[in-house]
Amino acid sequence: MSITYLEAIREAQAKLLRDDKRVFIYGQDVGGTFGGAFKATKGLAKEFPGRVLNTPISEDAMVGTAIGAALEGMRPIVEMQFADFSSIALNQILNNAGTHYWRTNISVPITIRLPSGGTKGSGPFHSQSMESLYAHYPGLIVMTPATVEDAYTMLIDAVAIDDPVVYCEHKYLYYHLKADDLPSEGMPIGRARIARAGRDLTIVSYSAMLQESLIAAEEIAKEGFEIEVIDLRTVKPLDTAAVLASVARTGRLLAVGESFPWGGATAEVIARVTTEGFHLLDAAPARINAKDTPIPYHPNLWSTHRPSSKVIAAKARQLLRE
Amino acid sequence: MLQTARPKKKKAPTNAPVHEKYVEAFRWMLLARTFEEKLASMYRGGRITGGVYVGKGQEAISVACGIFLQKGDVFAPLIRDQAGRSAFGEPLVDVARTYLGTRTGPMRGRDGNIHRGKPRDGQLAMISHLGAMISVLVGSLMAKRGQGEKNFVGLTTIGEGGMQTGASHEGLNIAAVEHVPLVVVATNNHYAYSTPNDREFACASLVDRARGYGFEGYELDGTDLAQCLDVIGTAVKRARAGRPPQLVVASVLRLAGHGEHDDFSYVPKEIYGESFAYDCVQRAQEFIKERELVDSATLQAWREDAVRQVDEAFAMAQKEPTPKGEEEDWCAISTRGLLDHPEEQE
Ligand SMILES: Cc1ncc(C[n+]2csc(CCOP(=O)(O)OP(=O)(O)O)c2C)c(N)n1
Repeated sequence: MSITYLEAIREAQAKLLRDDKRVFIYGQDVGGTFGGAFKATKGLAKEFPGRVLNTPISEDAMVGTAIGAALEGMRPIVEMQFADFSSIALNQILNNAGTHYWRTNISVPITIRLPSGGTKGSGPFHSQSMESLYAHYPGLIVMTPATVEDAYTMLIDAVAIDDPVVYCEHKYLYYHLKADDLPSEGMPIGRARIARAGRDLTIVSYSAMLQESLIAAEEIAKEGFEIEVIDLRTVKPLDTAAVLASVARTGRLLAVGESFPWGGATAEVIARVTTEGFHLLDAAPARINAKDTPIPYHPNLWSTHRPSSKVIAAKARQLLRE
Repeated sequence: MLQTARPKKKKAPTNAPVHEKYVEAFRWMLLARTFEEKLASMYRGGRITGGVYVGKGQEAISVACGIFLQKGDVFAPLIRDQAGRSAFGEPLVDVARTYLGTRTGPMRGRDGNIHRGKPRDGQLAMISHLGAMISVLVGSLMAKRGQGEKNFVGLTTIGEGGMQTGASHEGLNIAAVEHVPLVVVATNNHYAYSTPNDREFACASLVDRARGYGFEGYELDGTDLAQCLDVIGTAVKRARAGRPPQLVVASVLRLAGHGEHDDFSYVPKEIYGESFAYDCVQRAQEFIKERELVDSATLQAWREDAVRQVDEAFAMAQKEPTPKGEEEDWCAISTRGLLDHPEEQE
């Protein structure tokens, strides 16, 4: 059997709907016979009548409704059609869901699925990676699964968690990533994973950039260097201890993310390592992000805008020389 | 002190039966007015941190919003809803606690003033962002229906200013799409902070939107407690009975500043001559006297009782501990194991 990242997300939701009657899915075009813009809910409306509901094009109200339902004991999953449109729901996510537990002592167990990241030809408004923005605000867990297995188990975990979870699923990985099987259990949430062991340089990455980083590491292995690649899995909480432990082994750090360069997950990784593990570093740390422009449409531009394995490898070589 | 005009049109004397909740509602109005007068005076004395927002002139509408709700219903109040919150069961001491920021209050000093609630008791805790609570209430009602609860309603309030946000539009629309038992009471108090109606919306009446959204809509004179009880009471009944969501648009004048920091000098004096500028508490009191619902000694005793309740609430809250930064649990999620940067939280 072979299962894609996208199918894993569908399977996780099917399992959640099957196992937990508090779960329902709320989003644009998720219901009926259609099953979502990417088919992540295909067939679920039929299998679970009344629990996979189409909504009006009202991102704010979709999340608001989910919050209200969660307060009454439900476990809603909101599907944004594209991560980019969650900007319309920022207020509900940040100011309502994100503040609720702290203000009232009552948590809001909602999961918001964000089909994230770039694919060729998608342009400025269907390509964004918004994890850094959500991670900046208090009160939210931000997941960025990079493997089929994580896509599956982390979505199940997301719904089980009593707090609001922003689940960033990468559209580029939807069809590209395949696994033989789905695991019955995953790593604990909040723990980073060593995706590739090494000794000469640590690359910290997540989501689709993990795959690019692994390709870069394999290429550089031919040159005699072993790069350790860390998959953060969740950017919030950020597993600082795992990153520090890796840098303690390698003495060098490169952080790679697909979101815009100002601040964000990669800057946070570097800030933590330099403030908490400065003595571990043998060279100045570096980071790679997308460029500080909107995301371009044409593939030639897009593939340059987004960090690629080539750019990562070049930067890694530079760091290894220092 | 602000003097408001009498209604221009002399109201025709009526012998119609008095609403069964009229007197009870009046007492909540009196309590809210008394509480907020005390609050305003404490604010002027520098004894309240942050803002104070009162519902002066809107007590009749607000009380009607709270008084028909029962256990199992959900209320999402906003800025000017002291009367309704009390009528729905919020203890006065919790209001005092929230304004004083004590650790004992529902918000524990983490949030203040009107931003308070007890969601487990059906009192949603508003965020500032206007319109955001409508869809939250819709979700609560959907969940209740899904869990097999029966005979419940949700009621939320909004100002004519807040009705112009995208969130309000999305919330009203999704309420109708989900056909939840919801009442939305919109109060047009003619100003959103300093902005008058003509810079807020351009439709003839906000109630016309009811039709556009698939709501049933009503207009009412918010200075008249009898109408408020009648119309909002009916709307609650209809929502409970499974009619489409209900929109009530009430007309009044905000008889105070936006908050107590605001001298509302931007409100032209002439407007106080309009019938919607009449003070609902005064009007209800006159009605009670006119119809001899109770004698003046009783009225006086009620006023004194309100003052006593308010004083007790503040006296109690003032004795209670306030939070301390170094003792605070700086944790915004309930899943402690997933706290980010735990080494800083020790
Ligand atoms: C989305 C949003 N924008 C701005 C504000 C700041 N604000 C608070 S109350 C208010 C005026 C509200 O007017 P209205 O809704 O008519 O209610 P009223 O104060 O008159 O009762 C404004 C602008 C806010 N709370 N929310």
